[in-house]
Amino acid sequence: MFKFLEPNKIFLITSKATKYVMVLFILVLSIGLVEALVLSPQDYKQSHSVRIMYVHVPGAWISLGIFSSITFLSLSGYIFKNKNFFLIAKSLAPSGLVFNIVALVTGSIWGKPTWGTWWAWDARITSMLILFLFYLIYLLAWRIYQNKDKVYKITTLITIFGIINVPIIKYSVDWWNTLHQPASINILSKSSIHSSMLFPLVIMTAAFALFSLLIFLMKYNTELIKIKNKGLDRL
Amino acid sequence: MISEFLYMNGYGLYVWSAFLFTLLSFSILYTIIKIQYVKERNKFISKFGALDSKKAQVAKTQNINKEILSSTQSI
Repeated sequence: MFKFLEPNKIFLITSKATKYVMVLFILVLSIGLVEALVLSPQDYKQSHSVRIMYVHVPGAWISLGIFSSITFLSLSGYIFKNKNFFLIAKSLAPSGLVFNIVALVTGSIWGKPTWGTWWAWDARITSMLILFLFYLIYLLAWRIYQNKDKVYKITTLITIFGIINVPIIKYSVDWWNTLHQPASINILSKSSIHSSMLFPLVIMTAAFALFSLLIFLMKYNTELIKIKNKGLDRL
Repeated sequence: MISEFLYMNGYGLYVWSAFLFTLLSFSILYTIIKIQYVKERNKFISKFGALDSKKAQVAKTQNINKEILSSTQSI
């Protein structure tokens, strides 16, 4: 089962894909930046500060998506006894952490002109900070524990506890009175955001997703070479 | 015109710092991952070069080793 997920086969693809992903990322990011900073309109209430949304929202979305993927991969690795799932999860984590930091910092910068404060212990911000701590603990666990079986067990446990926080982040704006507004974009119902703002948001999200793919490919290749280095030592 | 674009009705400092922070974070992450990649690859190449001919033959039978040695990509 999962023979297509053998590292040898994946390396053949990942080692060649990085340069194409890099070119595509630069192209999409350039379009996204022009759309976000020049072509998209200013908000009638928030004026130009609304442009921060184009880096803040994709950062938050992708950090949540990556953590969910890490949890799914860790659980799958544990259920199917496939070590490669853990390797993929580990390679996704650095970009997830950076997107989480981007969401927190740009949110803080956006908060100052909008709410008059850099930070508030609001439900959405606090739960995002908790996610950041989970990312940090997850990455630290990989550094601290050398025993593979132990690290697989511990990182899976961290993701199980961490995933409880993901729906809390999503629904925090509905469950509590927070400074954040309710979701403007809904997949199942009509979005309240205008298409002139939705388009740059989608482009910037695509650019961020491509960047996380690029980092994942590079990190995954590094991890595979690390394993091969150990293999050469055993020869 | 340009100063108006940079000033953004007084929100320029916030908008530009948010975008610059994002791009700076991306650059730092990319550089760290790239350094790690190059370090491991160089380690692999030097280890492979240190193998005697018999061990090198065994190592060469694995496709992934050949791929690592032949990957001269500049990401």
